[in-house]
Amino acid sequence: MSTTDSSTATPITQGKRRIGDVVFANTARGSGVLILLILAGVAAFLLIQSFDSLSANTANFLTTEEWDANTRENPAFGVAALAFGTVLAAAIALLIATPVAIGIALFIVYYAPRRLAAVLGYIVDLLAAIPSVVYGLWGIGYLVFQLQDFYVLLERYLGWIPLFAGPISTTGRTMLSAGIVLAVMILPIITAMSRDVFRQVPQGHREAALALGSTRWEMIRMAVLPFGRPGVIGGAMLGLGRALGETMAVAMILSPSLVISPFLLQSGNQTIAAHIALQYPEATGYGVSALIAAGLVLFAITLVVNMGARFVVARRKEFS
Amino acid sequence: MAKRIDVSGLHVYYGDFLAVEDVSMTIEPRSVTAFIGSSGCGKSTFLRTLNRMHEVTPGARVEGKVMLDDMDIYGPDVDPVQVRREIGMVFQKANPFPTMSIYDNVIAGAKLNNQRMSKAQADDLVERSLRGANLWEEVKDRLNKPGAGLSGGQQQRLCIARATAVEPTVLLMDEPCSALDPISTLAIEDLIHKLKENYTIVIVTHNMQQAARVSDQTAFFNLAGTGKPGKLIEMDETNKIFTKPEKQETENYITGRFG
Repeated sequence: MSTTDSSTATPITQGKRRIGDVVFANTARGSGVLILLILAGVAAFLLIQSFDSLSANTANFLTTEEWDANTRENPAFGVAALAFGTVLAAAIALLIATPVAIGIALFIVYYAPRRLAAVLGYIVDLLAAIPSVVYGLWGIGYLVFQLQDFYVLLERYLGWIPLFAGPISTTGRTMLSAGIVLAVMILPIITAMSRDVFRQVPQGHREAALALGSTRWEMIRMAVLPFGRPGVIGGAMLGLGRALGETMAVAMILSPSLVISPFLLQSGNQTIAAHIALQYPEATGYGVSALIAAGLVLFAITLVVNMGARFVVARRKEFS
Repeated sequence: MAKRIDVSGLHVYYGDFLAVEDVSMTIEPRSVTAFIGSSGCGKSTFLRTLNRMHEVTPGARVEGKVMLDDMDIYGPDVDPVQVRREIGMVFQKANPFPTMSIYDNVIAGAKLNNQRMSKAQADDLVERSLRGANLWEEVKDRLNKPGAGLSGGQQQRLCIARATAVEPTVLLMDEPCSALDPISTLAIEDLIHKLKENYTIVIVTHNMQQAARVSDQTAFFNLAGTGKPGKLIEMDETNKIFTKPEKQETENYITGRFG
């Protein structure tokens, strides 16, 4: 198109490249690329730094429970017990926190009087602001003692289930204690996500359920929960991510041992994150590299969990 | 199956604000009654009081009496949930449950009453309700597909099937065609004619031709003035309302002189 005529109109096909648009588009693109670079950088760091110890390892890294890495000769270490402990602690936390979070969110959105709902929502958000070291202090200085009576009951009546078999730890510094503290820590994020998605349920769907003669609970089951499912799963996965990586609280509460132990009321088990934090200052020889290898496993677990969550959310996309 | 509705001296409030004032009317069983009137005149609000759906809105309340045959639906021991099972409702915007298949949408309400419905019973109910809503032929091969994948008109008929599957005695329709194209509207209107044989139907509409086409009785609502509550101006045989209404206001409205 030529613009030889004196008309001031710009031809639409030849719109000016506005400087603001260009800057904005490139900034956005740059941010997108940056996050990929960071992720790739972290993965590369973990891979390269762990290679040293993994190639010298005389034991199978994935199936060995012991951690004998602080040496220059024949290190033998494995991540089996750590990975198991990590997943176990996070699973306990998720199992406890998710139902409670859904309950709180439903109460805030559909049951509580407006003023109480606002206060309650604020309090839940405050829980997220507490530093994890404070949770750790609270756990080890208070909660473990309070839970002791409960553990005794649990062992007495449910001891026949291997999970709750005795003899119970006298200190209370067990996997279950760590899981419970983690549950409290991830409660706010799951609650907040659930609350937001429950609020977004279209009025039309809620009224449709009510007009069919459903009670409030039936309305929630029919219209609110199915609609909110992806959001709740998303929130649970964010919580799980935090629980998997949580270091301080677990390191303070759990009395660690590097064995795979399914007994929640006995001391034992350890998580990757807490192990790294506790071992790093004393690491010598292949120790540091071995800890980085453990970090790589944590990275992989988190990645798999997140992809799994996306798969669950996407599976019934046709219906949402 | 169909029941009579008898309203006497009904006021509707939102908090302290009087939204609809002093409505009395009788709605005959096995008939179609249309509510017409300009926007904001309270006809939808009034409709929602007929199955206590207005209670969903915080602060909404009524004074007066609504009888369904010989049951006072605002009686002290009457459960609104039970009222809504008797008096079904179809909304302006088709609202099938997006997470459910067509099949599950149809039996969603019926399942509330009868948890242990056998597969055969459920299949039968689904087919019967969808046939009743003139939708069976169009969806019988994709009952397990999501209801939200249907066209707007089909979705609205799905909602009607879902409402009738609960086997109510009265069906309230709040502008069921206002978001639909003329062909889909015609399909719904045909359906209303058919449903009339079994149900008492009350329909709110902005479309006066539609009121004239589908209804036996027409009620005209209007505001008494700006900021004043809505009122029932006149209710009569549809024919009469559209040919020689008694009130000047009604004539002004239907001849298009205002509103």
